[in-house]
Amino acid sequence: MSTHSHDDHDHGSELGEMQLRVRALETILTEKGYVDPKALDLIIEAYETKIGPRNGARVVAKAWVDPEFKRRLLADGSAAVAALGHVSRVGDHLVVVENTPQVHNMVVCTLCSCYPWEVLGLPPVWYKAAPYRSRAVKDPRGVLADFGITLPKETEIRVWDSTAETRFLVLPMRPAGTERLSEDRLADLVTRDSMIGTGFPKNA
Amino acid sequence: MDGVHDMGGMDGFGKVEREADEPVFHAPWEGRVMALNRAMGATGAWNIDMSRFSLESLPPTDYLGSSYYRKWFLGLEKRLLALGYVDTDEVAAGHALHAAVPLKRDKLTPDKIDRIMTRGSYSRQPQAPARFKPGDRVRAKNIHPATHTRLPRYVRGHVGVVERIHGCHVYPDTSATGAGDNPQWLYTVRFDNRELWGPDADPTVKVSIDAFEPYLDPA
Repeated sequence: MSTHSHDDHDHGSELGEMQLRVRALETILTEKGYVDPKALDLIIEAYETKIGPRNGARVVAKAWVDPEFKRRLLADGSAAVAALGHVSRVGDHLVVVENTPQVHNMVVCTLCSCYPWEVLGLPPVWYKAAPYRSRAVKDPRGVLADFGITLPKETEIRVWDSTAETRFLVLPMRPAGTERLSEDRLADLVTRDSMIGTGFPKNA
Repeated sequence: MDGVHDMGGMDGFGKVEREADEPVFHAPWEGRVMALNRAMGATGAWNIDMSRFSLESLPPTDYLGSSYYRKWFLGLEKRLLALGYVDTDEVAAGHALHAAVPLKRDKLTPDKIDRIMTRGSYSRQPQAPARFKPGDRVRAKNIHPATHTRLPRYVRGHVGVVERIHGCHVYPDTSATGAGDNPQWLYTVRFDNRELWGPDADPTVKVSIDAFEPYLDPA
């Protein structure tokens, strides 16, 4: 992405206003020597191309095929993911929580929008918006209905509100009939929402 | 602070609206705002807790009426002005008009990007033994600081059970004021839905927060 993207297609007043204000602020910060636009380009590029839900999907697929990795992942998410090496480093506070036939986990940040960026990328708009943040802790079944999901009445729903620097990743249940799939193929089935707890993996 | 950002349990915001094939950024300026925040944060201009507090203390109409990245921009501009990195006449002019203030750490250059792509650690040395252990019953304090806190309103005064200990972490309530890390033990505390929302609430739902020790009393 270029430093000064001249996107003149005005999709609304906020876009036009924000384009001008952000460009002005970046100019000031650059002229004052506080930021380097080339570094900004690289940060944006990383989140657009490298750091996304595929990273988390590989962690989940590995846990599905490797019981020892799964054990370590649930015991210490950060250490287990760091040992994989092939996904972005996750810092110190990743907690992985496992869905079972008895318990369905769901992650929210009611106070802002805390999200495990390193394994899921930047959060979608709905995760950061008021409807999800307000209702997830009070009416999670209603929220899941918005996602087209119904769980059995007796399933426990466990909502994790990310109120500190701990970050939560849901380990969804492996879909039935996938016993013969490779780890790579399994990773293709793992959706972003299934790792937030607002969806299920795709069927094979 | 008891602000509109503390949304847990509020009604009236409607359904969750999903966007099919959502792009990472909806306009180029959103990416620039995200990167400007990261780059300025990397110079030590502020910490994550100061950053969060600046968003929480935006006027409620701005907070509720702005997109996510517009909020980020408003918070960024507010911090830069408050801390003297930028002056209001510069914002009006769209150019630097005054000498720069010294950065606390080096400017983030392309060769140092890796440094910010991994989250920093918030673990700190314990200052005292942990007061609680898994299985303990605790009551979230009924506190209403006007400053930053990570104890959401919907659990205040309610009883839960300590489920996990995460070690000792930077305490956001202190860190947000610039008064240092003041490390505190951090616990996952699980609440029964009926304890939070009354006897008619769905009994199969459990909600947890991660609570710093000063938020909790024995119950």
